[in-house]
Amino acid sequence: MTLKEVRDILHAEVLCGEELLDTEVRSACGSDFMSDVLAYVKNQALLLTGLVNPQVVRTAEMMDMKCIVFVRGKQPDEAILDLAQDRQLVVLATKERMYNACGLLYINGLRE
Amino acid sequence: MDDCITLTYQVEGGDLSHAGEASSGVKQALRKLGLDPSVIRRVSVCMYEGEINMVIHANGGTARVDVGLDDVTITLTDTGPGIPDIDKAMQAGFTTAADSVRDLGFGAGMGLPNMKKYSDEMTVESTVGVGTTVTMVVRIE
Repeated sequence: MTLKEVRDILHAEVLCGEELLDTEVRSACGSDFMSDVLAYVKNQALLLTGLVNPQVVRTAEMMDMKCIVFVRGKQPDEAILDLAQDRQLVVLATKERMYNACGLLYINGLRE
Repeated sequence: MDDCITLTYQVEGGDLSHAGEASSGVKQALRKLGLDPSVIRRVSVCMYEGEINMVIHANGGTARVDVGLDDVTITLTDTGPGIPDIDKAMQAGFTTAADSVRDLGFGAGMGLPNMKKYSDEMTVESTVGVGTTVTMVVRIE
């Protein structure tokens, strides 16, 4: 699934990394707890979270992720977006809740 | 030793929003050295959890990363309050972190267990009132 498809499925706003939307992702994880994201080192390329702070970007960076999706209408500030831009991460924001956002991606084929 | 590269970082305490800058620096340096991505990721997780610990518990410290031909050794040294019971601190879920740390997505007692999980060797030396040194070795396959 491309990040463009992720954006469309979640009716998400692109906050940074518009030029990287053709990137393909095959796996995702959803968590508000960054130590859990770090605990399960796999190849998740997409992080869905309701937590908004720079550590979300740092965690995604450490795990070689491609995209962060902020759920529940959360909006990161400029400092967070600057950091994400610098690390070449796509940042999306959706009004969907975590459960729904994960479910929508799952039924559309993102199942790892 | 010619075959070893050493990176050192000063980790500032207190400012949680900047925690992770040293880990980010290490990650970028290891990428430039062309290390295997899975090794880089394991080093990154160990270093990042350790850095968060130094920031939240010890008001910062120093990080030294030695990159050799066979392994990467991370040494984190602080002059913080020390750990009274290391075995207890190693237990998943045991935490002394403040609520403000949990707001960042950390502080639920997974830091040291994660560091142990992703390193091949880990030692924790600590003296209450003096400080803590954590050494982690990640082997290059």
